[in-house]
Amino acid sequence: MSMHRETFWALQRKAAPYLFVAPFVIVFCSFMVYPLLNSIWLAFQFTNGPQSSVFVGFDNFLFMLRDPDFWTALKNTAIFTLFSVFLQLPLSLGLALLLNARWVRGRNFFRMAFFSPHLVGQVFVALLFSLIFLPHYGLLNRALHAVFGVGLDTKWLMNANLVMPALVLTSLWMYVGFNMIYFLAALQAVDRNLYEAAMVDGASRWQQFLHVTVPGIKPIAVFVIIMSTIGSFQLFELPFVLLKGPGPDNSALTIVMYLYNTGFSTGDLGYASAIGWVLVLIILTVSLAQAKVTGLWKKNV
Amino acid sequence: MEKERMKANRPMANPARRMGGAVLPFLVHGVLLALAAIMLAPLFWLVCAAFKSPEDLFHYTFASPHPTLHNWRVLFEKEPVFRYVANSLFVSSALTLLQLLTASLAGFALAKYEFWGKRPLMTVMLATMMIPGQVLLAPTYKLINHMGLIDTYWALLLPGAVSVFGIILFRQSILQVPDDLLDAGRIDGCSEFRIYWEIILPVSRPMVGAFTLIAFMGAWNSFLWPQIVLQSRHLFTLPIALNNMVDLYSQEYGALMAGTLLSILPVAFLFALLQKEFLAGLTSGAVKG
Repeated sequence: MSMHRETFWALQRKAAPYLFVAPFVIVFCSFMVYPLLNSIWLAFQFTNGPQSSVFVGFDNFLFMLRDPDFWTALKNTAIFTLFSVFLQLPLSLGLALLLNARWVRGRNFFRMAFFSPHLVGQVFVALLFSLIFLPHYGLLNRALHAVFGVGLDTKWLMNANLVMPALVLTSLWMYVGFNMIYFLAALQAVDRNLYEAAMVDGASRWQQFLHVTVPGIKPIAVFVIIMSTIGSFQLFELPFVLLKGPGPDNSALTIVMYLYNTGFSTGDLGYASAIGWVLVLIILTVSLAQAKVTGLWKKNV
Repeated sequence: MEKERMKANRPMANPARRMGGAVLPFLVHGVLLALAAIMLAPLFWLVCAAFKSPEDLFHYTFASPHPTLHNWRVLFEKEPVFRYVANSLFVSSALTLLQLLTASLAGFALAKYEFWGKRPLMTVMLATMMIPGQVLLAPTYKLINHMGLIDTYWALLLPGAVSVFGIILFRQSILQVPDDLLDAGRIDGCSEFRIYWEIILPVSRPMVGAFTLIAFMGAWNSFLWPQIVLQSRHLFTLPIALNNMVDLYSQEYGALMAGTLLSILPVAFLFALLQKEFLAGLTSGAVKG
């Protein structure tokens, strides 16, 4: 009896970790690893709907290189990423620095105010901003008119040159407070004694920022840069709902929208997989480059 | 000594800075208030718009002096909104529970046990985290179609049942739990599952709170995958249904804004409950690196 019991206890202890990871591993293998491997195979197929497929070698990739829509999508996505990352980060850091001052009152209120847009999903933001960008009646034109005297008839969503600024502005609203939370956490983790030591050494505010703050928050800053770049490259919902498609002159066509249109409107899953892998390569290359340039792997960060 | 003298001298030696000390906070608070107003303006506008009559919608920039429920009546008359809300609540809660369960169990195993295949599993998990999910759309669609699950909730629940990010969050938080606590449980005769249920889960409560919101928000706002696999209107979740309404009633601005406001409320409510855990959990992974 007690022998039995001991072997049972030893057995359940040995089996426990396998049972604990099993649900995850089963789903992970069926719906992530397998589709991932399958998508490599699919990328070399011509498909018409999910049932029929023919091996076409590198044709999908060669077609992509010659398809002007792909280049438009790539250009739009890259411009969006560049502007949204480079506008968001300094603004997020600036907000975090302001809020981090010891004498700031109502820190929690401001934190919530800046963060709250992040709670609204991209589809809902797009619905809301489709009215905010309206000519004549929209909140944005009214605000610009009231503050700068700009005319009320700016057609943000109908003018190919203004679509991208509208998207960047909207994403700025959505993510500036979200990134600020990361910077704020990083700033609060910087050792206060370092500032005192710098002050004793006669360092100015600017020197303190450069030699204490910047190195202190660098790991998080790199993390935020890479995360927002990856997120920006995946832009889809916002333009898809805001402009009900690729917008005037394809000015809001993004890589994921291009993938969605070819894969699920036209029904070529093979081509959609090929686009997916090109997106993977672009994102990996850009994030590795960012990690290298910012010295993420140097010992002294 | 040196330090004390400098501290004592500074205010006297630098009267300009002393004045700056009074002006600067005033300026900073002014800037912060202005920025907060700009950030909150669209949301405030949304709340006002949901309660304005069509004539008032653009007549008053913000609130109208004659608030009305007109938009809500239009919204609920034209569309089975309760159905959409129930659909969204069901799918999002189910996904959240599934992800919580699988992530906390797997996170526990990866944090506190040595077992065969642990290292390769973690390597593959981290590798898939680097890969954007869109590459999975076509093959997963093919798989779901092959299983005959298109236009069912299984198409949402099966692929969405696990979150690699969630496992990493749970593993990191469970690593902090002292081993002595688990051994004490074992001496008291707890099975490994009881240790998970009665020790690990209770001490991971902050992470459970944070991840509940992360998972719920992700599921609630999810659009691309449901848009691909759901076809019947009675299965639509709120994002899909609202995007559909734009095409159907493009002139019913007010009703659309009422629907948008309604769709934001559940996440806002959950956030109000869990904000402390959420904000701490969000940054914990990054700060500890």
